[in-house]
Amino acid sequence: MLTDIWTVMRKELQEAFNLGDRVGKFGLLFMMFSFGILLPWQMGRSWVESPITLVYWSWVPLFLVNAVVADSFAGERERHTLETLLASRLPDQAILFGKLLAALAYGVGLTWASLLVGLVTINLFHGEGRLLFYPPAVALGVIGISLLSGGLAAGAGVLVSLRAKSVQQATQVLSIAIMALIFIPTFGLQALPAAWQERLWNIVSGWNVTQAVLVAIAVLAVLNSVLIGAAMRRFQRARLIAD
Amino acid sequence: MNTFAIRTQQLTRTFGPVRAVDQLTLEVRQGEIFGFLGPNGSGKTTTIRLLLGLLQPDAGQIEVLGVPVPQRAAEVRERTGALLEHAGLYERLSAADNLDYYGRIWRMPAAERNQRIHELLASLGLWERRNEQVKTWSRGMKQKLAIARALLHRPQLIFLDEPTAGLDPIAAASLRDDLRTLVEREGVTVFLTTHNLAEAEKLCHRVGIIRQGRLLAQGSLAELRRHEALHLEMIGRAFTPHVVTALQSQPAVKRVEANGARLLIELAAASDPAPLVKLVVEHGGQVEEVHRSNASLEEVFLTLMEEEEAHAH
Ligand SMILES: Nc1ncnc2c1ncn2[C@@H]1O[C@H](COP(=O)(O)OP(=O)(O)OP(=O)(O)O)[C@@H](O)[C@H]1O
Ligand SMILES: [Mg+2]
Repeated sequence: MLTDIWTVMRKELQEAFNLGDRVGKFGLLFMMFSFGILLPWQMGRSWVESPITLVYWSWVPLFLVNAVVADSFAGERERHTLETLLASRLPDQAILFGKLLAALAYGVGLTWASLLVGLVTINLFHGEGRLLFYPPAVALGVIGISLLSGGLAAGAGVLVSLRAKSVQQATQVLSIAIMALIFIPTFGLQALPAAWQERLWNIVSGWNVTQAVLVAIAVLAVLNSVLIGAAMRRFQRARLIAD
Repeated sequence: MNTFAIRTQQLTRTFGPVRAVDQLTLEVRQGEIFGFLGPNGSGKTTTIRLLLGLLQPDAGQIEVLGVPVPQRAAEVRERTGALLEHAGLYERLSAADNLDYYGRIWRMPAAERNQRIHELLASLGLWERRNEQVKTWSRGMKQKLAIARALLHRPQLIFLDEPTAGLDPIAAASLRDDLRTLVEREGVTVFLTTHNLAEAEKLCHRVGIIRQGRLLAQGSLAELRRHEALHLEMIGRAFTPHVVTALQSQPAVKRVEANGARLLIELAAASDPAPLVKLVVEHGGQVEEVHRSNASLEEVFLTLMEEEEAHAH
């Protein structure tokens, strides 16, 4: 089973890296530049010390995963390669998880690459002779949250891609979902009455970073398993052809 | 040892009001090239999907390589290869990478995989171009590549859904030649669909004729021809309605068609043409040549279609 998953993953990554269009590659470079160089350089030491960057690291994988996952099934259907793949010996789960993990590896891999570049940047520009690194709780948060938020995007992305009529439609739905995920909490908070905002702030500032990270990880893990479960139920050969 | 590669009984699949496959009972023997012949929309692709367990049947039984489908369809997919309705190639990958992917899917070890890819591409004349992106290839080359992909893991049985569809006559002939050579060398059973009768005549040992999901006939080409009456063709002049009527009154004659300088006579049974020639001459026809011919499969095909049509009304 693992061999089969790896076979699918390998080919998905091969296509994602070798063959992404120029717009995609430009977007990728822009992302890496912003989160690897520009933001760390501007924010200085708070880039590693403030837990606020956790929020960024939960967003970055969403965009990166989204860039490839929309194509996973909708692309194969659109380019008429899906049915041949389904006629092969591959078990359903190998196809599903191969595609899911490929999107995750791509998105989270590049996120972590930006993370490393960011660490290099900050140490180069703001190091002042000592090594700057995330405090343990933030480090755990950055790694855990980016991974799980990538998983969220991959799970949702596969589900949408399975149902979408075209790659374009899948991309649109997922982009809107990501925007909603980012903007609704951000603007929603601002729209709350001042008293509520204050009360919320009091609760949150009562938490220490470790607690907050653990809660976030737990919530994301639950969401991940729900989405993956849904994808497994949805992905059945006979249903894919008949619809 | 099971001598049937494929057996179906009363296989039925509907899509809403459409009976795409209707009580299909079919037998394909091990080692043969079986041609599944039918016009557009007759249910050929649906049949292949059912045989591979990609669609659920509404009723009936399927056995492929002795394995019941859809119950154990995964085993069938393990031991078969397919070129479906679409070639299913990754156009942005090279030819070699396409085959490599499917070699990995079938878990062929690297050395065997590379050797096999070389062997197949070389025998199809595609080896030199293996590193080109498939999207730059002609349709004929793509179809050959897809056949190589279907054969790659040495399956016992391959499904080919209209392998020459969309090819010009030269490319189609070249593909058929390659296909025949490969199939003979590998000893693989082939289930091939086509709406092209000439193709079935050139490639297939046995055929099944399907229309609107129903099997009209199956058997070897010789059997199907025997099923039909013999045909007589006269070339000459003055094949008047008078001549035609006279011929039609003969018990040995089933059907007559006058077509300018050609007179086509369908006989109920093999019989001596001399009295008929005499009859034509007596009624003022001038006969220059007489040919006897077995019905081509095309005529068999059309006749069966017409009979079916008449039945339906
Ligand atoms: N998924 C589907 N949903 C609804 N109807 C379908 C579906 N698949 C096939 N049909 C219908 O079933 C019938 C048989 O279709 P099928 O594709 O099997 O024919 P075919 O013999 O392969 O035709 P062609 O030569 O055009 O490829 C057609 O009337 C078709 O419209
Ligand atoms: Mg078809």
